[in-house]
Amino acid sequence: MSDYYQSEDLKKFGGIGQHAKALADDFFKYYTSATGTDGALSKREKALIALAVSHAMKCPYCIDAYTTQCLEVGANPEQMMEAVHVAAAMQAGITLVHSVQMQNHLEKLVL
Amino acid sequence: MNHDFETQLSRAGIDLPPLDLETLQVNITRLCNQQCRHCHVDASPARREMMSPAGIEKCLEILERHSRIANLDITGGAPELHPGFQTMVERARGLGKHVMVRHNLTVQLDPHPLTGASMAHLPGFFARQRVEVISSLPYYQQFFTDAQRGKGVFGKSIEAMRRLNAEGYGVEGSGLALNLVYNPVGPYLPPAQATLEADYKRELKDRFGVVFNALYTMANMPINRFRLHLKKSGQLEPYMDKLLAAFNPAAAEGVMCRSLISVGHDGRIYDCDFNQMLELQAADRDQRPLSIFDFDLERAIARPIRFGEHCLGCTAGAGSSCGGATA
Repeated sequence: MSDYYQSEDLKKFGGIGQHAKALADDFFKYYTSATGTDGALSKREKALIALAVSHAMKCPYCIDAYTTQCLEVGANPEQMMEAVHVAAAMQAGITLVHSVQMQNHLEKLVL
Repeated sequence: MNHDFETQLSRAGIDLPPLDLETLQVNITRLCNQQCRHCHVDASPARREMMSPAGIEKCLEILERHSRIANLDITGGAPELHPGFQTMVERARGLGKHVMVRHNLTVQLDPHPLTGASMAHLPGFFARQRVEVISSLPYYQQFFTDAQRGKGVFGKSIEAMRRLNAEGYGVEGSGLALNLVYNPVGPYLPPAQATLEADYKRELKDRFGVVFNALYTMANMPINRFRLHLKKSGQLEPYMDKLLAAFNPAAAEGVMCRSLISVGHDGRIYDCDFNQMLELQAADRDQRPLSIFDFDLERAIARPIRFGEHCLGCTAGAGSSCGGATA
């Protein structure tokens, strides 16, 4: 089987409209509007959020793209690493908060 | 993808003739105390090219003859390492010209690579001559700066800025301008100039107590040392694609070659410092190469500018020039 996640494949992202152009056009319009413009959040803040999400979702394409994007909107490496820590801490917290469910069930089981 | 610059211009319906000649930019030496990874001049302590005394004399004669050339922009290498540097500055200032020095900061602190002489006098000299100091500082943090310009460069640059500040450079009301230059440390475009300038000002003041006037953002040109790095790391094609995709007609209108000529250490004239490093000598309408030794202002202004794919670096995004963003 050939490899997944070749970095040059990112360039093909625009081609997702080949079999559903209208939906792809809608998506890219929404995507650009949500991530690529200054709004209530600056482009820099949005890029840092996207970088954190890229890590949480483990998307190599997105990690490459948003590492570059963060630099192009003026984020510095400390801010980028802190964003990844937020993602990591959230994932740890999400795992740990499920232990409440474990404890609830434990209490039910114990006489 | 087709990276031909002139195709982009014609698609956008843009013609870029020279507008005037306001600045004489002179590269007086390729000798430098540093050896930066992105340097388009390939400058280093091993380089020996120097403008001759006759060449410097000719530049001053041109400045004296033409009042419309209001600015002398001295670059290198580290131009302060040229033995005729100080005389050139003093005489140009004596002619009433605005003098800009592309000063790499660390040259104040390193001994002269050839003579071992101290260069600590430079801040005082600059202040007495009231020259505009333009200095590269790729980032307001050590990591990127040292990665690009060499280990220890960030710390030395901060110390050099402190010495310039002590002479009044960058201090409000002094009239002594210290402007910094940002360029990315890799194949990506610079952030918005105004936003990054605010970051630099806040961080440099808060963390190190140093001040400056303006920040100029510039993209890296895909030539010489940087191009080699891109090629070796397989990033040349993607970088050229990025520059092409970011082609901005408004930035193209403001390119610096329309109001500046660049003079090499041997007196040959080019449209810009990048063309100089690529040896694309400027020529007049009759294909006669331009030189300071038979300089004619009208021939120079009427010349067709020579473009190449590297020009995409000056027209990407907000644009790049020796004075920062152009759009």
